[in-house]
Amino acid sequence: MLGLPRALLYYKYGLLWETFLKNLGIDIVTSPPTSKLIVEMGLDVAESEICMPVKIFYGHVKYLIEKQKVDAVFLPRMVAIEKPAYTCPKFLGLPDMIQAAFPEANIISETFNRKKGLRSYYQSYINLAEKLGAKKWHSIKALLKAEKISYEFSKKLHSGDSFSEAINKVKTKKKDSKIINHNRSNIRVGVAAHSYNIYDEYYSLNLLNKLKSMGATYITPDNVPHNIWAKYSNKLPKFLFWTYERELVGSAFYWIEKGMVDGIIYVMSFACGPDSIVQYVLEDEAKKFGIPMLTIVLDEHSAEAGLITRIEAFIDMLERKKR
Amino acid sequence: MRLTFPHMGNAYIFVGDLLRRLDVEFIVPPKTSTRTIELGVRYAPELACFPLKVTLGNFIEGIEAGADAGIMIGGVGPCRFGYYAETQRRILRQIGYDIPMYILEPPTAHPLKFYRVFKQLCPKKTLRHLWKELRISWKKAVFIEKIEAYALKVRCFEKDLGSTTKAKKRAISLLENAFSETEIEKAFEEGLGLLNQVEKEDRVAPKIGIVGEFFILLEPYVNFDIETILGEMGFYIERSVFLTDWINPGTKAPVTGHSKDEVLNAAAPYLSHFVGGDGRQTIGHSILFIKEGFEGIVHLLPFTCMPELIAKSILPKISYDFDIPFLYLVIDEQTGRAGIQTRIEAFADLVRQRHLKNILPKKDKINWTQKGKIQPVGVNIR
Ligand code: SF4
Ligand code: SF4
Repeated sequence: MLGLPRALLYYKYGLLWETFLKNLGIDIVTSPPTSKLIVEMGLDVAESEICMPVKIFYGHVKYLIEKQKVDAVFLPRMVAIEKPAYTCPKFLGLPDMIQAAFPEANIISETFNRKKGLRSYYQSYINLAEKLGAKKWHSIKALLKAEKISYEFSKKLHSGDSFSEAINKVKTKKKDSKIINHNRSNIRVGVAAHSYNIYDEYYSLNLLNKLKSMGATYITPDNVPHNIWAKYSNKLPKFLFWTYERELVGSAFYWIEKGMVDGIIYVMSFACGPDSIVQYVLEDEAKKFGIPMLTIVLDEHSAEAGLITRIEAFIDMLERKKR
Repeated sequence: MRLTFPHMGNAYIFVGDLLRRLDVEFIVPPKTSTRTIELGVRYAPELACFPLKVTLGNFIEGIEAGADAGIMIGGVGPCRFGYYAETQRRILRQIGYDIPMYILEPPTAHPLKFYRVFKQLCPKKTLRHLWKELRISWKKAVFIEKIEAYALKVRCFEKDLGSTTKAKKRAISLLENAFSETEIEKAFEEGLGLLNQVEKEDRVAPKIGIVGEFFILLEPYVNFDIETILGEMGFYIERSVFLTDWINPGTKAPVTGHSKDEVLNAAAPYLSHFVGGDGRQTIGHSILFIKEGFEGIVHLLPFTCMPELIAKSILPKISYDFDIPFLYLVIDEQTGRAGIQTRIEAFADLVRQRHLKNILPKKDKINWTQKGKIQPVGVNIR
C-alpha cells in the first residue's frame, strides 16, 4: 500500500496524484487531516527550527508509517512547476530530509522540473509510474485522466468556487449550482497564502470558515488562473523566483487592480523563508494602493482566541472604511 | 555618486579594490558592530534571515558616512539571497534613504542586465577593462583567502597565544595595500613568510571542520570568531566556504582545492538535489572532512535559513552513520556570546577526549613535525 501525506503540496496536486495513482491500479491511502497527534508526531521527528508546514509533513509521514502501516510513501520532488521559477528550497530537499529521518522507509520519489522542458516534466510521471511497476502506455492513460480531472478542478476554482467546494463537485460529479451569498457585511477579503497554510483546517485554526461566519466573502490565489497571476506578478521590478509566492503576489495585484477586494489577509508560517521577504514586499505595494493588509503568522502555538479578535478587528475596520 | 556595499568578511576588500581600479567612487561602511546589527534588526522584516539584517545595517551606516548609492549582488533563487538587494532597496526608501541600488545579477544568468549595470557605473570602461582589472583584483582576493585558510591550519601550533592572528592581520594588510600584479604576488609570499615565522610548538592537534551558511562563515563578527577560538584551543581548522571559491566559475575551488563535483558527489548519497544556498555544499564538505580524518564538525547557520535547515535535517544521520560529533550553532541577533562560548568549550572537550581515546588510526593524525603536509593549496594560481 502506498501512502500519501496530506500536507504541503497535497493541497495543490493531491487530486491529480490520487487520480493518477488510482488509475494505475495502485492501492493508495491518504493520511487523515492534520490532528493534534499528527502535529505531535511531526514535532517529535522534524528538525526543531524548520517551518511548521514541513514539521506537519513529517507528522503525516510518521502517521502513515506507524499507524497506517503503509509499505511506501509517495513523495515527488517538485523542483519547478513553471519555467521561470522554483517552488521552495524545502520542496527540493524534502525526499532526502524524510529519508534521513526515516532510514527504513521506502520512499517513491521522482524529480519534477519544468525548467527542463514540458516533455521531461511529463516524462517524470512515466518514470514514477515505472517505479511502481506500470507500463508506459498505461501510465499515459492514467496521466491523461488525472490531468482531465485536475483541469475540471481548476476550472471550478477559477469560476469562484472555494477549494473544498471544488473538490466536492469534482469528486461527486455534482452539477454546478450557484450558491447565493447572504452576506451581512459584504466585505470581500483576498486571502494571500500558500494552500497548505489555509486549507489545513487544524493548523490554520479554521481561518477560512471563521471569515465566512463573520459574514465576509473571501477569495484565494487558487481562484486566479495561472496566466493571470503570472502576468500580474511580473509587475514587480525584480522578478520573483518562487512560484507560489508569485501566485500569491500576482493574485493580490490582480484583486487590487480589479477592485475585487476591500482588504488582504496574508497568512504565513513562522520561519517561512520566502514569505518573510514577500510579506514585506506585498505590504509595501499594498500601501501604495491604500489597501489594508493584515498579516497572520501561524506556528505551533497560535491561539484561536487571538486569531478571532484580530480578524474581527480587521473586518470591522474594513467596514468602517467602506461606509 | 559614491557607492557603498556590505562587509561580508573580507569581501569588502575585493569589491573596494575592483571599484578603485575602475575609478568608481565608494565608501566602505564602518566595520560590522553591535550598532550595525541593531540598525538592521530595527528596520528589516522581523522574520527575514539574519544576513539580510546585518547587511542592511551596513548599507545604513554606509549612507550615514556619505554614500548615495548601493551595490549588491543579485541572484535567481531559490534562496532568499537573490531578493536581498530588492528588499533592502525598499526598506531604505521606507526609512527615507531613497538611493539607487545597483544590483549585479550573475553574468551567466543575465548577461545583459549585468552589462547594463556595469555601463551605468563605469560609462567610460569597456568589458575588456573590466576583465583586465577583475583578473588582478581576483588574484588579490584569492591570495587573501589563502592566507586566511593557512592561518586556520597553523594557528593550533603557535607558541604564544594570538601570534598567528597578529601575523595574519599583517599579511592581509600587506595584500590590501599591494596594487600591481607583481606587488600582490610579492605581498603574498611575504605574508606566507610572516605566518611561517610565527614560533611554533609541536603538539597533537585534532582536526575540526567548519561548514554552513556563506555569510555567517565569512563574517567573524557574527560567528563570534569561532575559528580563532577553536584554533587557539589547539584545533587544526578548515572551513568549507570561501568567497572566491563561491564566486569562482571554474570547477576547482582555488582556496579549499576541492572540485565542485567532488563536493556534490560526496553529498549525493544524502542529498541528491540542489537546494539553493550552500545546503548541498554543507553536506558534501562534511562528508569530505570526515573522510579526511576530521574528528568534529561545526555547523553554523542563521536562524530560519532554508538551505541550512535542510542540511541540518540530514546531518544527524551523517553524524550517526560515521560516529562523528557535530556542533550546531544557530545564529541571529539574540544569540549571546556567553552561551556560544560554553557550547564551544563543551564540544572541544568532547572532541579532544575522543581523540585521546585513539578513535582514529595514527596515520590520520597531524602535528607540526609533519608540517610539510600543511600547505595553502595551489599556491601558484594564474
Ligand atoms: S514556502 Fe515557507 S512554509 Fe512552505 S515549505 Fe517553504 S519555508 Fe516552509
Ligand atoms: S542561505 Fe540562508 S541565510 Fe543566506 S539568504 Fe539563503 S536563507 Fe537566508
